Order: sequence, then C-alpha cells, then structure tokens
Amino acid sequence: MIGVTSGDAIVVEGLTKSYGKVAALRGIDLRVERGIVFGLLGPNGAGKTTLVRILTTLQPPDGGTARVAGYDVRRDADALRRSIGLAGQFAAVDDQLTGLENLELVARFYHLPKAEARRRARALIERFDLVDAANRRAITYSGGMRRRLDLAAALVAEPEVLFLDEPTTGLDPRSRMDLWGAIEELARGGTTVLLTTQYLEEADRLASRIAVVDHGVVIDEGTADELKSRVGGRVLVVQVADAAQLEQAQTILEGLGANPHLDPSVREVSVAVGEGARSLAEAVRRLDAARVEIADVSLRQPSLDDVFMALTGHAAEDGATTEGNQQ
Amino acid sequence: MSSVASTVRSEPGAGTRFGWLFHDVMLMTRRNLVRYLRLPENLMSVTVQPIMFLVLFTYVLGGAIRATTDDYLTFLLPGILVQTMIFGAIMTGYGLAQDQQSGLFDRYRSLPMSRSTVILGRLLADVLANVFVAALLIGVGYAMGFRFHGDILQSLGMPLVAILFALPVSGFFAAMGLVVRTVEALNMTFVVIFPVTFISSAFVPVETMPGWLQPVADANPFTIAVNASRALALGQDATSEVLGTLAWVAVLTLIAIPLAVKAYNRPR
Repeated sequence: MIGVTSGDAIVVEGLTKSYGKVAALRGIDLRVERGIVFGLLGPNGAGKTTLVRILTTLQPPDGGTARVAGYDVRRDADALRRSIGLAGQFAAVDDQLTGLENLELVARFYHLPKAEARRRARALIERFDLVDAANRRAITYSGGMRRRLDLAAALVAEPEVLFLDEPTTGLDPRSRMDLWGAIEELARGGTTVLLTTQYLEEADRLASRIAVVDHGVVIDEGTADELKSRVGGRVLVVQVADAAQLEQAQTILEGLGANPHLDPSVREVSVAVGEGARSLAEAVRRLDAARVEIADVSLRQPSLDDVFMALTGHAAEDGATTEGNQQ
Repeated sequence: MSSVASTVRSEPGAGTRFGWLFHDVMLMTRRNLVRYLRLPENLMSVTVQPIMFLVLFTYVLGGAIRATTDDYLTFLLPGILVQTMIFGAIMTGYGLAQDQQSGLFDRYRSLPMSRSTVILGRLLADVLANVFVAALLIGVGYAMGFRFHGDILQSLGMPLVAILFALPVSGFFAAMGLVVRTVEALNMTFVVIFPVTFISSAFVPVETMPGWLQPVADANPFTIAVNASRALALGQDATSEVLGTLAWVAVLTLIAIPLAVKAYNRPR
C-alpha cells in the first residue's frame, strides 16, 4: 500500500466549510477504519454531500484537516485522486458512449494501458450484469442500469477508498436491492466504502459503523446496534381510530418520551420509551382519559429511524420509512 | 489493490507531466468527437443555417447588393465563414454546460487528470469540428461558383483566419457554459451574436451603412477578421488585416482565458 501508516482510511478533524453565510460543515470529526462500509446518515442539507466533495478534492475545505488513504486533501490531491473512486448523486455516465466505452474511458484517465482498461471494463460489465447492454449507448439505460454503470466506473481503478453519495436515491425498490447487493459484495472484497444516505434502512443494512450528521456536525456515531440501544428500551406505537385526534395523541405521548413522531398516512404516533410495558399501560390510561380512541397499540425494537428522531427531533427524511416499508 | 492502479502506469509519453496531459487531452478530444459523430444534429444546427444563408443571400439578395450574384458570392463566403466559426464556438459552451449538468464534471474532477484537460479537450474537439464545417461550407461555395484568387498559402489562410478568430470566442463561451444553470440559457447569446455579426462587413460593404453606424462596423473585430479572410480569398495583400485579426485574437484570448479558468474553478 502507498503512503498509509495508520489503520484508518479516512481521518477528518475539525472540518469546516461555508457557502457565503451558510455553514455547511461546522467542525466535522470522523475516523473511518480501513476495509469497512461506513454510513454517513443525515437528512438533505445536513452536509453529507459537502463532506464527500471535500474528501474527493472537488472542493477545498475552509478549515480543519482531512486525509484519505493517507493523503491530505489539500497537499496531496493528485495522489489522493489515484486512490479513490466516486459515484455521486447523479449517475455520471456519458449518454452517448456505450457502457463499455464509458468504463474504458475512465480507466484510461487513470492511465491504465489500453488492454488492461478493456479487460477491467469487460469484467465490471459482467459483474454488474450489464452484458446485454454493454454495446448500447447509456442513453438507452434505465435508472438502475445507469447507477450500476456509474458504480462500475467508480471501481475501474480498484480504488482503496470508494465514496458513494446517496447511491440509491431516486431508484425503484428493485434497483435499490440490486445495488445493495453490489455494495455488500464490495465490502466483502475489503474495499473501504464511505456511503452517505438519508435512508435509515440502507445504513442499517450496509454499514458496519454509522455517523449521524445534522446541520454540519456529527451528532452520534457507532454501530447500528449501539445507536439503537442509545434510544433505550422500546418504541411505543399508537394508532388512533380518528385522524383528527392524532395531534392530541402526540401531545399526550410527549409525557412518556422525547419527540413523539407523527405518521399521518397510517394515523400513528411513535415514541421511544424507557420501560416498555409500564409505558404502554400508562399511554393507554392517559389516552383513554382524554377520550382518544385507540385503533392499535404495540411495542417494537427501535429502528435507526427512531434513533434519528430521538437525536435530532426530526425525521431523517420524509417518506424514508414508508419507502422502506414498500420493500 | 491500489498497487495495481499505481504501478500499471507506463505508456507512450510516460514519465513527464506534459506527456500525461497530452495523453489525457487526446482522450478527452476523442470522446468529444465521438459525441459529435453520434449526435450529428448538434453539428447540423451550426452548418445547415450558414449554408442556407449562403444560398439565399447569394441568389435572392446578391444581385441587389453587387452587380452579379457571382460577384456577391465571392464577397459573401468569407463573411458567412467567419460567422459560422463563431456559431461553432457556441458548441464549446453547450458541451461544457451539458457535461456539468450531467454530473460528468464531478467524475472528471475526481480522476487523476490535469484539471485543464476538460477545457483543452473541449476546445480542440470544437476547433476540429470547425475545420470540418469550414471545409463543408467552402465546398458548397465551390459548387455555387466561388473560386480562390490567391496562391495556395492565401487560400489556406482564408479559413485559417476564421478558425483562429473563433478560438477566443470559444473561450468566452466556455466561461458562459460553465456558469449557466441550464443549457438553454446559452440560446440567449444569439441576441448578441446576430447584431455583432451583422453590423460588420460580412454581408454588405460598410460604406452602404448610415454614417453613424459605419465607425461601429469598422471597429468591430468581427469586421477585421472578415476583411482578412476576404482579402486572402481574393488574393490581395492581407498583411494589415491579418495582423489586426491576430492582435484581436491575442487581446480576446487574454480576457477569455482567465474568465474560463475562473468559471471552471468556481465552487459549485
């Protein structure tokens, strides 16, 4: 390996970045161990994309330091770029080139010899199930195929560190599952992956460690289980019979746990509670006293969604849970 | 894994930064030319209109402007040619704007290539496209009866002056293509290009314009480039016109390049 002494693939200290008066990053600290999938979880505007852009040298930071694969983003940008792959939010493929040509071109920009570029392009086309479309222009590809091609392009130089910025945003559930499979396979192969997502389910499934980012700072970090255990005990879910009583139920449940979350589409209020059974009984008593009619009530294990609610007071992304449920 | 990427780096031109820059610019140029070939409508939009202008102006207006239509064709072709090369320069802006909006820019900028590769590869491809368009236009002119009156060097110089003049214009369009939010916004530039290319010696002699407009047309750098190209086509002494054009190219380049670089390095 080149230029790497520590076991960390990414080291970020006190990173700041502002656009005019808007602070996108307000002092990010992060360490990503070599060979793991690290999830960066946060809502739109949390600063995830800005962080990825700085770590991939697309933008300079205002303050702080960042090293990727042992290279400083400011001083060793050239060497750093040889060690990374990037698949951004928008599949960056050339519409007018075929899948194979897209991959070969990127490989040649990494200064691989022609034959080697072709060999790797073909191997990736097979690996990402694009053989039938290999010689078709990318403009004919579906959204899922474009993302797979984009991911393949990010892998063509066999990078030490791979950045995936919201790789499944806007994909249909089927394509998302396919892409998840591909990322899991990469992780097994030992590539370090920094994955940003606003889908809690995605971070839960793919990432072995997760940092929760909101308003430009890391507000918590750990494994999915550690984060869930920090919410404490259980999550109490109450479904009301009459949607008009939903907010009343929310107010009542505030007495039992922090930041009860409303999901009007299913007439549910959920809240993280310390002691499950006692809280459930208490909730039923209070709702009954207030004449809120209960359609259903249950206790469940907390999800990362609940973690996010408890940590930030707002949902990770509107609709994230419902999209997760569709699968 | 990474050792593969870092050791398999031996190809012609290896060892020097300049060698790799050349390698990368050639790759990028080829990619842009492939796009021209696969989207022929892009090049059509900048070739069909000038050819139509050449035919219509010659046969409809030619007799009214000059004694004969043949006489006017000889006068008009260099003018249309320089204008067409400017239209070609717009493609630089379109190309860069498209790459930026499709997200390809981010990919390129995250690759270990020199940052000037994207712009240089764009300019080179667009110059080559302009060479093709110039040959096409002169070919049509030939079929209509246009003839060069000078020697071989003057005849080659006639399109060369036009292509060269379009280069800094490409630079301006590069800067614009990099800052616009939509590709369509570039269509607005025609509001500038049409007056600038019409208030010149391209279509009619400047002497036929109203007195107040003549100094404007004479000072127009576009007029100077057209006059240079026309003098070379007629086999006349074009020294002062060519030097004037080169001076303008130098001045415009000095303005355009910092603008394009600034637009390219702009945070986004």
